[in-house]
Amino acid sequence: MELLLVILIGVLYASGLYMMLRRSMVKLLIGLILIGNGANLLIFLLGDLSKGKPPVIDVALTAFQNAYADPVPQSLILTAIVISFGLQSFAVVLLKRVYMITDTDDLDQLNSDDQDI
Amino acid sequence: MVIAVLSGLLVSLLLLLLDFNKRWPAFLVSLYPATLTIYFLSYLPGILYGETLNVSQPWIPSLQTNLDFRLDGLSMLFTLLITGIGTLICLYAAAYMRADPKLRSFYAYLCVFITAMLGLVLSDNLILLFIFWELTSISSFFLIGFKYEDPASRKSALIALAVTGGGGFMLLSGFLLIGSMGQHYSIQHLLSYPPILTNDSLYPLILVFIFAGAFSKSAQFPLHFWLPGAMKAPSPVSAYLHSATMVKAGVYLLARLSPLLGNQPYWNYTLMTVGGFTMLYAAFHALFRTDLKAILAYSTLSALGMMFFLLGIGTELALLSLVTFIVVHALYKAAMFLITGVIDHETKTRDITKLGGLRKVLLPLAIAGVLAALSSAGIPFTFGFIGKELIYETSLAALPFAFLLTAAVLVANILLGYAGFISGIRPFFGELSAEHREVKTPSFWMWAPPLLLAFAGILFGAFPVLSQDLLHQAANSIGASTPLPPLKLWHGFSPVLLLSVFTILAATAMYLFLKPSTSRLQWVSRFENYSPKAIISGVAAKGKQAAASYTHTLQNGYLRIYVMIIMLFLIALICCRIFDHLHFDIDIAALTPIGIYEVVVTALIIVAIGMILFTHSRLASIIAMSIVGYGLCLIFVFYGAPDLAMTQFTIDTLTVVLFMIVLLRLPAFLNLSNLRIKIRDGLISAAFGLLISVIALMVLQEPTNKEISRFYADNAYPLAKGKNVVNVILVDFRGSDTMVEITVLTIAAIGVYSMLKLKMNPSEKE
Amino acid sequence: MNSIILRTASAYLLPLLLLFSIFILLRGHYEPGGGFVGGLTAAIAFVLHLIANGLQKTRSLLRYHPGVFIPTGLLLSFASGVAPMFVGRPFMTGLWLSEPIPVLGTIGSSLFFDVGVYLVVLGVTLTILFTIVENT
Repeated sequence: MELLLVILIGVLYASGLYMMLRRSMVKLLIGLILIGNGANLLIFLLGDLSKGKPPVIDVALTAFQNAYADPVPQSLILTAIVISFGLQSFAVVLLKRVYMITDTDDLDQLNSDDQDI
Repeated sequence: MVIAVLSGLLVSLLLLLLDFNKRWPAFLVSLYPATLTIYFLSYLPGILYGETLNVSQPWIPSLQTNLDFRLDGLSMLFTLLITGIGTLICLYAAAYMRADPKLRSFYAYLCVFITAMLGLVLSDNLILLFIFWELTSISSFFLIGFKYEDPASRKSALIALAVTGGGGFMLLSGFLLIGSMGQHYSIQHLLSYPPILTNDSLYPLILVFIFAGAFSKSAQFPLHFWLPGAMKAPSPVSAYLHSATMVKAGVYLLARLSPLLGNQPYWNYTLMTVGGFTMLYAAFHALFRTDLKAILAYSTLSALGMMFFLLGIGTELALLSLVTFIVVHALYKAAMFLITGVIDHETKTRDITKLGGLRKVLLPLAIAGVLAALSSAGIPFTFGFIGKELIYETSLAALPFAFLLTAAVLVANILLGYAGFISGIRPFFGELSAEHREVKTPSFWMWAPPLLLAFAGILFGAFPVLSQDLLHQAANSIGASTPLPPLKLWHGFSPVLLLSVFTILAATAMYLFLKPSTSRLQWVSRFENYSPKAIISGVAAKGKQAAASYTHTLQNGYLRIYVMIIMLFLIALICCRIFDHLHFDIDIAALTPIGIYEVVVTALIIVAIGMILFTHSRLASIIAMSIVGYGLCLIFVFYGAPDLAMTQFTIDTLTVVLFMIVLLRLPAFLNLSNLRIKIRDGLISAAFGLLISVIALMVLQEPTNKEISRFYADNAYPLAKGKNVVNVILVDFRGSDTMVEITVLTIAAIGVYSMLKLKMNPSEKE
Repeated sequence: MNSIILRTASAYLLPLLLLFSIFILLRGHYEPGGGFVGGLTAAIAFVLHLIANGLQKTRSLLRYHPGVFIPTGLLLSFASGVAPMFVGRPFMTGLWLSEPIPVLGTIGSSLFFDVGVYLVVLGVTLTILFTIVENT
C-alpha cells in the first residue's frame, strides 16, 4: 500500500504544481489545496502505516498492549488540516476581493498595476 | 583610553545642541581634537622610554573581539598626527566653511572620522581594527560627498566608497584567514610566533587579501583613481583625509603587520613593484595637471607609493625612513592643501596657469607655501631634507638592486620636488593677474594653520633631535631592533648628499624651464580610455547591465514564473544530490498489503485529480476537489487515524460550501495558455511529482525514530489521564501549540471579516 | 436554497448535530474526537441550517454574533493554561479532580482547553462563512 500512496503523493504534488502554474487565480488556489493534501499524506506516510490500529488505548487498559498507529504525525496533520481551512477561506476571500476590484481572474492582468508604481 | 577613542561619537551627537549660526561653536569643536592631543601627549614621555600602553575591555569575547587598544611608538606617531593636524583642520574649517548651512554635519562627520582614525591606529584586535577601518571609509564617504548637490561630488564619493569598501571586504577576508590560521585576533598574540602565518600554505592568499585592502585605501595603482576624484571634497577634508591621515591607513596597516607577514619574497617584491610603479606613475601624472588640487593629489599618490616602496625594502633603515617620511609628508602636504584651499576660496580658481603673484596679497600664505615647497623638495634645514637623505641611504644600501631602486627614487623625488614647487611657490610669484588684485588676506584662522604646519617642517628639520626619539620608537615598534642611526643634518660628503643636491637642482631646473600648460593635459587625457579608472568603471557598468538583465529575467513580476524557476532549481538541485545515492531496496514483504478498497480509493482520487486538471467547469472541479478530500478521508480511516478522517471530512464539507458560495459567482475558467506552455508546465510538474515520490520512497527505507511517539503513547494515561493519544498531544502535551493555532485561526477569521466588511474606496474601483 | 425537505430535515438535524458535536468534544480524551472535530461538526450543523433557511434565520437562531465565540474560546483555553500557575505549577500543567464525575468522567483543565478550542473553531468557521454569505 505504501507504494500506492507514494504514487498518489507524486500525483497530488504534480497536479498541484501544474495548477499553480496556470494564470487563473482560482486554479492557483486549487493547486495550493492539492499540494496541501499531498503534504498531509506525505507526513502520514512517513509515520509508518499500520492498518486499522488507531492510537487509542483500550478502555480497559492504561497502556498500549499491541502495535498502534503513530500519533505524532496524526496530530500534526490534524492541525494542518484545520489551519489549511483558515488559509483557504482567507485566500478565497482575497481572490473574491481582487476580482471585485480588477474584474479579472487573470494573474497577468494584476501585474500592470504593479509596474506603474 | 577607550573613552578617549570613542568620545568622538558622543561629541558628534552633542553637536546637535550647538547653534552653528554663531561662530563660537565651530571653535568649540576644535577643543575636542586639542584635548585629545594633550591627552595623548601626556603619554609621550613613557612612549619615548619604550613603554607601551595596553587597554583591554571585553566586548564580544566569544568571537575573540575585544576592545583591545595598544599605544606604542607607531600608534603614538599616528595619533599625534591625527589629533594635532585635526585640531588645525577644525580651526581652519571654522573660517573656511563659515556660513555653510551644513557646518554642523561637517563637524559631526569630522568627529566620527577622528574617532575612526584613532581607533584604527590604536586597535590591537584585527576585527576591531577592521570596524574602525570601515568607519573611516564611511565617514570619508560623507565628507567627500559633502557638497552633495553637485553630481560630480556624489559620483566621486561613491567611487571612493566602492573602492575602499571593496578593499575593506578583502581586508576582512584576510583578517579572518589570519585569525583562523593563528587562532587569535590580537596582533600582539599573533606576533609572539610570526612563522605560524608565513609558513602556512595560505600565506600568499592572506597577502593578496591584505594587500588589496591596503592598496585600495592608500590608493595604489591600479586602485589609485578614487583619490584624485576625492578632491571634490572641501579643502580641509582633502588636507586631512586625503593627504595627512586616512590614505596613510593602508601604510599604517602594512607597517603594523610587517613583523607578522613581512620579510618574505612575496611581501617585499610586491610592495616594491606596486609602490615603485605608483610612485613613478603618479609623479609623471602630476606633471600634466594644471589644477592645483590635482597636482597635490597625484603627488600624494606618488608619496604613498614611496611609502609602500620603503616598506617593501623592509630593512631597519627603510622602516626609519618610512616613519620619517610619513611625518614629513603629512606636514608639508597638509600645509599645501590648506594653502590651496585659501587660494581657491579667495580667487575662485585652482588653475595654476591663471595664478601668479599672489604673494602681494596673501603674504602669510606665500611664506607657508615656500616653506612647504622647500620641505617637499628636501632643501637642507627642512625636515624634508632629513627624510630624503634617509630614503637615499636606504635605497643605496638595498642590495642587490641598489642602482635600480635609487634611480627610481631619484626620479620620483625630482618630480615630487617639482610638483611641490609648482603648488607651493608658483601661485605666489610672477605676475599678479588683474582680477586678483582685490584679493584680501583672509582671517587669521585660515593662514595660521598652514603656516604652523610649514613652520613645523622647518623646526623639525633644523633640530632633528626633537623628533628623533619618537621616530626611533615608531620604527622599533614595527620590527627595527638594533640601535638606529640618529637623525642628522649633516652626513658629510657622501653619495647621499650628491643625490640630494642633484634632486634639488633638477627640480629647480624643471620648475624654471617647464611651465604648466593645458595642452599637456589634453595630450595625456587621450590615454584616459586605457586608464584603470575607465577599465574598472567599464567593468562596473557591464556588471550593472548584467544584473539588470538577470533581474529582468528572474524577477519579472509573473508569479508563476517565480514558482517555475524556484521549482526547476529545486528539482535540479535535489536531483544532483539524489542521483549519487539512488538505490532502492524496499522490502515489499514488510509493507502493508494492498487490498481492493485501497486500490479503488486511490484510483478514485487519481481520476478526480485528472478531472480537476482537464475540466473547464468550476463546478466539476469543486466536486472533484471534494472527491479528493473524501478519498483521503477514507485512507485515513483505513490506516488507523479516525481523528484525521473526521477532521478531513468536516473540513472538506465546509470547503465545498465555501467554494460553492464564492467561486460560482466568479467567471468561467479562461483558457489562457496555449498547448506548448501547457506541455512545458506539465513536464515540470511531472518531474516535481516524480521527485517527491522518489524522496518519499527514499525516506521509507530509513527506519523512523519512534522515540517521541513512544514517549507520548506511554505517558498519555499516566500523565494526562487520556486514552486518545492524538487528542492528548493536542490539548495537553503540545497545548501551547494548539493555543497558538487557534489564535492563527482567529486572525484568519478577522482577516476575512475585515476584508469583506472594508468599504472600497471609490478610487480603488477602476 | 428553497427545499422544503431540507428545511424540515435541518430543523431536526440541527439539535441532533449539535448534541453529537458536544458528544464528540467530550469523548475526545478517550476516544476519537475532540475540540477541533466537535467545533467543525457544530459549524456544519449551523451551515446546514443556513443553507436551508437563509442567513437571517440562522443569525436569529444563534442570537449572538458568531465572532463572540472566538474571544470566549480563546480566553477559556488560555485560562485553563494559566490556571495551574495559581497553584504553583508551570503553564499548561494538567490539573485533575480526584473523583470522576458521572457521565463526563474525570474532569481536568485540559477539558476546558478543549472546550475553548471547540468554541474558537466554531466561531471562526461561522464568522468566515456568515461574512462571505452576507457579502455575495
